[in-house]
Amino acid sequence: MTFWNDPINFLAEWLRGVFMGWGMAASPANAVTDIIGIVVMILFSMGIAILLVWVERKVVARFQDRLGPNRIGPYGLFQPFADIVKLIIKEDITPDGADKLVFNMAPVISLASVILIWAVVPLASKIYGVDLNVAVLYLVAVGSFGTLSVIMAGWASNNKYALIGAFRMVATMISYEIPMVVALLIPTIIAGTMSVKGITQAQSGIWFVILSPLGLLLFLICAIAELGRSPFDLNEAESEIVAGFHIEYTGMKFGLFYAGELLHAFTFGGFMAVFFFGGYGGFFGLEKLSAFTWLSNPFIQLVVFLIKALIGYWVIMWVKYSMPRIRIDHMLLFNWKFLTPLAFVLLMMTALVDKLLAPTNFYVLGMFLSNVLFAWIVIEILRAYSKRERSVTVEPAEPVAQAAHH
Amino acid sequence: MTPDQFIFLLCAALIIASAIMVVTSKNLVHSALWLVATLFGVAILYALLQAAFLALVQVVVYIGAIAILFIFAVMLTRRELRDKGPQLNQNWGLSAVMAVFTFGGLFYILSSWSGFSAKAVEIPVGTDPLRMLGYALVSPDAYVLPFEVASILLLAALVGAVYIATASKK
Repeated sequence: MTFWNDPINFLAEWLRGVFMGWGMAASPANAVTDIIGIVVMILFSMGIAILLVWVERKVVARFQDRLGPNRIGPYGLFQPFADIVKLIIKEDITPDGADKLVFNMAPVISLASVILIWAVVPLASKIYGVDLNVAVLYLVAVGSFGTLSVIMAGWASNNKYALIGAFRMVATMISYEIPMVVALLIPTIIAGTMSVKGITQAQSGIWFVILSPLGLLLFLICAIAELGRSPFDLNEAESEIVAGFHIEYTGMKFGLFYAGELLHAFTFGGFMAVFFFGGYGGFFGLEKLSAFTWLSNPFIQLVVFLIKALIGYWVIMWVKYSMPRIRIDHMLLFNWKFLTPLAFVLLMMTALVDKLLAPTNFYVLGMFLSNVLFAWIVIEILRAYSKRERSVTVEPAEPVAQAAHH
Repeated sequence: MTPDQFIFLLCAALIIASAIMVVTSKNLVHSALWLVATLFGVAILYALLQAAFLALVQVVVYIGAIAILFIFAVMLTRRELRDKGPQLNQNWGLSAVMAVFTFGGLFYILSSWSGFSAKAVEIPVGTDPLRMLGYALVSPDAYVLPFEVASILLLAALVGAVYIATASKK
């Protein structure tokens, strides 16, 4: 084991040796090494969050035909640090009548719910927090802390806009959690495991996006809804409820919500890569050739993962800055009457085709074609539905003055 | 003291303290939030026992669904979100006695069980408890019947809820 083959374990072994050399017993030395590992992982994810502030501002500027941050550092790269200084020296206001403890806990839990996800993100085959055999479920479980933090923030702020924003956000999160879980079950079924590392390894031959393009679409929609980003940004809706659940937060407390949201979006981009685009690997068997063994190097894998995650993040931003906000009843209708049934039927179809075709040679083709067929049927049903809706002629309303005569 | 024991003690203290706060806190939303802390502590206990699946289901079901439902019910049924009602009604004495007896009975039954004071067995490498649980839930000579009955019960509850919630078309 050298630093280049397995950097994290190499460093951990070395640290453990140093601690034991100081006369520590084995078990506290292990515990201290683990804690240092956790801190490093959190610092890494927070470092990414700082970079994401710059990425987000630069990309939104391009979408809106502006230049974006360009004064501090090359390409405005040091702008986030100026932002952080600004956030820290701003006045920290706790509104009158706010529930102090809950108010102050909410941003912490919000950011923690995102950082907790990083425990299972497989950055490379040898760089990850923990390889849980229920990692997919872990993703859902940790998401419920995000919901909780939104409720806490909305309730404790003692502000009507905040409470309305929190209600909307929670309605979105609870509703879209259902198709999200179903969408997560699709890669689970295809790979036969819930471990994200196992799912990544199962894609070394072929990416799951080819086996289940509809699953990817479903996951993307639900991820955007869970993030509360446009077109599902009803929780913030500047034109209606000013800023939603974080309206009363100032300074770094707002900064925590903001950093959490950006990091969450990036993390979902990363999970899109893990579940459907082969994660850190997925080179279509190329890494087995002797000329390409360097593809299995953890550092190369880390770079590949980050690039894929950034592309996923870019797609989420692309949707955010091109779509108008949808109405809350449309949002709920779309979920309960369209996405949820669609997700369940898709899940059953995937499971069935997977079991039927797994031993044959037509597996990849069959999975792909069944998705195409399913998409075609859904589009036909939607077309018939919209035709029926349009054919209903609305009776012109009777003038009030005349109606009063009857 | 091993690190595991240290985490266990911290977590037990968290569970007991927040459980006490659930019943003594005057504000209903605070009670619900303390309940979340209690349930999260229980999830940590499961994780310490290497039952990752149970720990996560505990979080998904009890924090993700039930606790949030509680908070919503409190928020939607109270006119004043900060109202403070009386914490006790006239049955508090009887329920305290019942609680003590339930705890004592459970403790008595469990203390006569051989696994009560046994050390947790290390799960051997290579076995997947989750997979075994999955097979047990769907195999005919294990739990497939209770599993299906529970599913049908939940489905019936779901249909019933939709039926009651639907406005009558008169």
